[in-house]
Amino acid sequence: MSHPPDPRQAAFAGRRTDGSPVQRPLSPHLQAYDMLQMTSAMSIMHRASGIAWSLATVLLVWWLVALASGPGPFATVQWFMSSFIGLLVLFGMTVVAWFHTLAGIRHMAWDLGYGFSLPAMMRSGQAVLVGTAALTVLTWVIALVVWL
Amino acid sequence: MATFTLPKNSTIGQGQIFKAEPGAKDVRAFKIYRWDPDTGDNPRTDTYELDLAQTGPMVLDALIKIKNEVDSTLTFRRSCREGICGSCAMNIDGLNTLACLKPIEDVKGDVRITPLPHMPVMKDLVPDLSQIYAQYRSIEPWLKADTPAPPDEERRQSKEERAKLDGMWECILCFCCSTSCPSYWWNGDRYLGPAVLLAAYRWIADSRDEYTGDRLDNLEDPFRLYRCHTIMNCTRACPKGLNPAEAIGKIKTLMVERQG
Repeated sequence: MSHPPDPRQAAFAGRRTDGSPVQRPLSPHLQAYDMLQMTSAMSIMHRASGIAWSLATVLLVWWLVALASGPGPFATVQWFMSSFIGLLVLFGMTVVAWFHTLAGIRHMAWDLGYGFSLPAMMRSGQAVLVGTAALTVLTWVIALVVWL
Repeated sequence: MATFTLPKNSTIGQGQIFKAEPGAKDVRAFKIYRWDPDTGDNPRTDTYELDLAQTGPMVLDALIKIKNEVDSTLTFRRSCREGICGSCAMNIDGLNTLACLKPIEDVKGDVRITPLPHMPVMKDLVPDLSQIYAQYRSIEPWLKADTPAPPDEERRQSKEERAKLDGMWECILCFCCSTSCPSYWWNGDRYLGPAVLLAAYRWIADSRDEYTGDRLDNLEDPFRLYRCHTIMNCTRACPKGLNPAEAIGKIKTLMVERQG
């Protein structure tokens, strides 16, 4: 059985000067647009950090399961987490968690009706970036002081 | 489902290069998207070198100069050349704007020009706006009231009521905002997009309109309204300095408020 034609394709049915049908092209989007401007870049990073943070919670589950399984498995997790790769992953997790939290607060402000002007949008975007850096460093300073 | 790449017939190839005349002092390259329905070829990027000393200040001046003096086949929409008709909306240097309001000197390096993004191309820089016009029609952008107007008089508004429409009546429907919106790119068949939602709110906010509830009912839909994720590309793009993202936010607020 053939699928019914996609109605979205209708706008792509063009005609040549002689009347014969021609398939119109789709104009470039991601290929042409400046996606690194504050607006879209922050939106993409908010999504990416949300996905990354969700995946990172698997590590937390692994840690808890190991904790429940006994000293052997727990030591394995502790060894991995304190290795260079493990620390790198945890550091990335911190960045991602702070970014997603702060950008989430920015989104909630918009949902409450605040901060829509372009200057406010630029300022809040910069605040999220600076805040992510500052809180990540602070988190690690505290973590390392407690750990060492 | 969002497709991040261009379809096979839409990938952009290398085009011709039109060199500047010898002796040109201030040469700038304009890299312009071209597609001719009569050839059946894929789109291409043609490069036109112009002497800025002999060109007007705006990108539209350059396009008109190319069409008049270099390549008469270049096709684009333009009319008023002063930012009030909305015809010359296109993507210049990675951002949607009106060619007539974009100074060439604001662009660093080559001036890259493509049609409004993620639209069916009719020819060169001319997109097919049929779908977006149909969406505009769907929000019924006119005054709807059952109460007859006072005899021999217009429907009155206080200054405060009239002021609520500022920032919305100025929209010229160039669709720079809608075609800058990634949500509109991926779901343009069902999401109305910033320009149409700004127009919708213009009538929702009008004190003389008596169909606010019906208008909100029409927008109460996971796609028509709620595909807006506050990316804010729309507000960033608007060549008239309007704020579609804020108007959409206000519609969302009204949706919550009327739940009681």
